[in-house]
Amino acid sequence: MTAKAAPAAAPGSVSDPGAGPRRGWPPALHRARVLAGVVPFFLYILLFLGIPAAAIAYGAFQDPDTGQFTLSNIQTATHGIYLHGFLITAELSVITAVVPGILGLFIGYAIYTARRGALLRRIAITASGVFANFGGVPLAFLFIATLGTTGIATRWLTAIGFNPYENGFNLYDLGGVALVYLYFQIPLMVLIILPAFEGLRPAWREAAQNMGAGTWQYWRRIGGPVLMPSFLGCLLLLFGSAFSAYATAEALTSGTIPLTAIQIGSFLNGNVLAGQQNVGKALGLGMVLIIAVLMVFYAMLQRRAARWLQ
Amino acid sequence: MAAVIGDELAGEAVPPRPHRKRRSYPVWRWIILVLTAVYFLIPLYAALRFAGIASFGQVVHQTGFSDALILSLKLAVITTVLTMALMVPTTIYVHLRLPGLRRLLESITILPIVIPPVVLIVGVLQVAPGYLKSTPYLLGLVYVILAMPFAYRSLDAGLRALELRTLVDAASSLGAGWLSTLWRVILPNLRTALLSATVLTVALVLGEFTMASLDLYQTFPVWIVAFDQTSGPVSTAASLLALFVTWLFLLLIVTVGSRRARRTGGAQVDLISVTRRDTVR
Repeated sequence: MTAKAAPAAAPGSVSDPGAGPRRGWPPALHRARVLAGVVPFFLYILLFLGIPAAAIAYGAFQDPDTGQFTLSNIQTATHGIYLHGFLITAELSVITAVVPGILGLFIGYAIYTARRGALLRRIAITASGVFANFGGVPLAFLFIATLGTTGIATRWLTAIGFNPYENGFNLYDLGGVALVYLYFQIPLMVLIILPAFEGLRPAWREAAQNMGAGTWQYWRRIGGPVLMPSFLGCLLLLFGSAFSAYATAEALTSGTIPLTAIQIGSFLNGNVLAGQQNVGKALGLGMVLIIAVLMVFYAMLQRRAARWLQ
Repeated sequence: MAAVIGDELAGEAVPPRPHRKRRSYPVWRWIILVLTAVYFLIPLYAALRFAGIASFGQVVHQTGFSDALILSLKLAVITTVLTMALMVPTTIYVHLRLPGLRRLLESITILPIVIPPVVLIVGVLQVAPGYLKSTPYLLGLVYVILAMPFAYRSLDAGLRALELRTLVDAASSLGAGWLSTLWRVILPNLRTALLSATVLTVALVLGEFTMASLDLYQTFPVWIVAFDQTSGPVSTAASLLALFVTWLFLLLIVTVGSRRARRTGGAQVDLISVTRRDTVR
């Protein structure tokens, strides 16, 4: 009962301890007082996310030698190998958003429907938390030991007459990197899609069944449409996560696949032509802009999702 | 009369329930889970075989291991303390007084997942003052940002599982002030969420490679990569060890937390998802 009553309580209702609305405070001032509580958080975000992003945008238009305004960094960053890098990164990110997105959806649902409190569920969710943060050289190594030319799985498959390397597979090309990315993308998908499953009320399913709907009809007419905005939102996040991954691809391919993140890293490591020191920042600005567009869509999808969930 | 009919209806509605409860777990779900397990376990097995059991004992004695681990642990402490000091009050405050901001906060705290760490560290190194750049602790300050997605989500899940408004109202009607409500009522109820957020933050710091290596400090993951040149098996053993230890800690926390939830009848929190008693059969 109280569960239903709680969200109905208005923000800043009188029962708040300490800082309830005082008689005589003008509404605007009261609003400012209420908002004061989140100032530290937004200040921190501004300091360590906003200002660095602004610094990159500023540097992208700056001549490294004279400090003058210039468009040459942007010119360089949007042509030749760098444009190619953006395209390859986008291709890899689309693959590693859609495939783990769909797989993660089914895995997430299988976990969600497991008996509440079951060990299986706990193991799966905690493992997702750990694996979603796993990456870099250790992850690359796991797959070299498994599917490298002399890896365990490669030898098993060869023993049953299917040598993956003679059938077009290569761990060190784009497809191989995508396969490795699944190792942290699937757990990430499971983590971010689970809360959306929570929003599917059992009552809806029962109502559908009472009206004679089968499983397919339920998902086609009710479950699917309700989940769709959350699912698309999760795909965008997966795209962003793959887009920003650096260490894993770098370790696996040592730079043979020209990904934008790796190109930026090489600028930081000092492998730069004279006069091009700020091209890295222009590349960074490009990535931030793409992410910004992504987040606008994400926010729109979140708003749609909120209509049904909670 | 109405009551009798109601009872009859209820009586009819009840019998199918136990059936449905024991509904067999469909085959396709088992197939999915088994395939997933295969994909995730075979690489671990391959790495374990490569490392060999003996390497696990040798990890601790390698040159640079303790320095790197100590640096990473210091960073983990700084990051966790700052993250909690920032996120716990903010999340509780938003839940209580600005629920309209929850969606905005969710969108902001998801940003670090999509913003490339490579880009972020370029920006940070450009604007950070010299005295910060010359210490490794600058990394800790930036890691707070990276830790937000998971820290916020587990705290948010923890708060959703509580009757927060009821708790706060009860505490204030008993005369408790803000601090004492926070310290003696909310935080004890959030214990599982706090622990999960802590472990996820520590896991992040112990595994973050990109920023640390570009900032040129030898944290634990950077050491693992550097040491790979000296001895592959030992380096692999070190990374597997870190993975297993973190995972076991998380599993332990969630298990203890769900025991407690079962005993007290509260909603169950699994890291980032909440299962309420009343919504699940």
